Amino acid sequence: MNVQSKPSKFIKGATGDWEVVIGMEVHAQVSSKSKLFSGASTAFGGAPNSHVSLVDAAMPGMLPVINGECVNQAVRTGLGLNAQINLRSVFDRKNYFYPDLPQGYQISQYKQPVVGEGVVVVDLAEGEAVSIGIERLHLEQDAGKSVHDRHPQMSAVDLNRSGVALMEIVSKPDLRSSEEAKAFLAKLRSIMRYLGTCDGNMEEGSLRADVNVSVRKPGEPLGTRCEIKNVNSLRFIGQAIEHEARRQIEIIEDGGVIVQETRLFDPNKGETRSMRSKEEAHDYRYFPDPDLLPLELTAEAVAELKAKLPELPDEKKARFVRDFGLSSYDAGQLVAERETAEYFETVAKGRDAKLAANWVINELFGRLNKEGKAIASSPMSAGQLGGLIELISDKTISGKIAKDLFEILWTEGGDARALVESRGMAQVTDLGAIGAIVDDLIAQNPDKVAQAKANPKAMMWFVGQAMKSSGGKASPQAVNDLLKSKLGV
Amino acid sequence: MSVDAQTVRRIARLARIAVAEDEVEHLQGELNAMLAFVEQLSEVNVDGVEPMTSVTPMAMKMRADEVTDGGKAEAVLGNAPQSDDGYYMVPKVIE
Repeated sequence: MNVQSKPSKFIKGATGDWEVVIGMEVHAQVSSKSKLFSGASTAFGGAPNSHVSLVDAAMPGMLPVINGECVNQAVRTGLGLNAQINLRSVFDRKNYFYPDLPQGYQISQYKQPVVGEGVVVVDLAEGEAVSIGIERLHLEQDAGKSVHDRHPQMSAVDLNRSGVALMEIVSKPDLRSSEEAKAFLAKLRSIMRYLGTCDGNMEEGSLRADVNVSVRKPGEPLGTRCEIKNVNSLRFIGQAIEHEARRQIEIIEDGGVIVQETRLFDPNKGETRSMRSKEEAHDYRYFPDPDLLPLELTAEAVAELKAKLPELPDEKKARFVRDFGLSSYDAGQLVAERETAEYFETVAKGRDAKLAANWVINELFGRLNKEGKAIASSPMSAGQLGGLIELISDKTISGKIAKDLFEILWTEGGDARALVESRGMAQVTDLGAIGAIVDDLIAQNPDKVAQAKANPKAMMWFVGQAMKSSGGKASPQAVNDLLKSKLGV
Repeated sequence: MSVDAQTVRRIARLARIAVAEDEVEHLQGELNAMLAFVEQLSEVNVDGVEPMTSVTPMAMKMRADEVTDGGKAEAVLGNAPQSDDGYYMVPKVIE
């Protein structure tokens, strides 16, 4: 609540600096085969109403039965957020009317959520890190989907998503810039993907965020907030916050007041606009769902889930720094995605880890980005890249030839060592062979010899020529040493 | 506890039940009679008594995470006044 941001994060207004205060409500779809209270599939993209049971369609007499795995997933996520797990929680009905909500209420958790307060450490640029408080995490049902463009006078309703389990994760208002908000959501996504509790796919709607934004003069009490609904990409979250903060500052500086309301972000215009129609409906008349008993967990069951948690990004990053001697920044890049971290570990295993990190971050990431590929569809396996690293480490190839080899492995595939042998790419370290090349150059270029003797920097011309004559395969170190002794510089 | 006419109108709107103005007074009386009846319960002292959530002490049953249902769009849409291509069709709702 009283987190003070650094002045560099303030927004300049006509009347001085403003601080933006942000809290987030993140809806994350639980990774599960079947829905929270029915045995229908959660698979994305089925034919309309094909993944719907009579429970999801709210037919009279149908009763919800909870999916134990969804509960476990919520507990795992809570543990991953360093949060309090509540051994007793309660499901409530949140009442509202909408055609894609056939029950007329959403089964959710209100006063007694399954997960309480926690904390997430978020890494920012330049090695800065902030701790963001988690207020709570609760389980609830997703609604169906309305399609408005199939018919001029009617809306079409598909209940495939109806009843899919969601985790609503609420942050404390600890975020102080759009950068922090984006980094927070990216970190939540990373943690849940490591845990396997949410696939984090924002395009398919598995991860959505509502953003609460208010502004204040630094050091003053919190201002009135506006809630921006359903912003579904990191880029849009940044844009929505920037726009909303500016809008509020302008209103206040012009002598107006902020009205608490729900707003919608329009990605085409890059601005937020009021959703007045929903304002009146904010009376959800929550009450405990009489169809469901309280959710009771044992400390033993929670401890068992905790013992089986995978290594999470923060722990993995610390281990990469400790065991491999990587910089915090490099380690952070490698652990952001679970698949990347696994790829790197396979490359680094039994090899020079720092060299492996450089090649994964600079060459592999660069190439993947350029071609818009994810690491899972990389044409080069971790084993292939590992082979290349070995060849550099044992000085079979030079760094320059390694880049050529990378290109071949990427486009043609194959085994690194076999390719180097079959294509004669190995570095020439045989002093006799390099000596002959160097002797030749010295004999034929007396003027350059004189220059080099006068100014040792001119020796670089010989190094270049020797490398060229050897087709890039001569060891630059060996060439340098030989030239120095032969030219006497 | 009792409700006034304004609260009756509000409850009706939240429940999406059309209540004509001349019905409000009658409904207000009915609701207040019910509330008065239920209010008799507050005569019982329940200090320190846990709220009862089940008649017999039992834990909530949990399902295994398996797909056991679905694939019956026709049955799901069977009572719909109007459907099209697997969708429920409803009067246009858009923000």
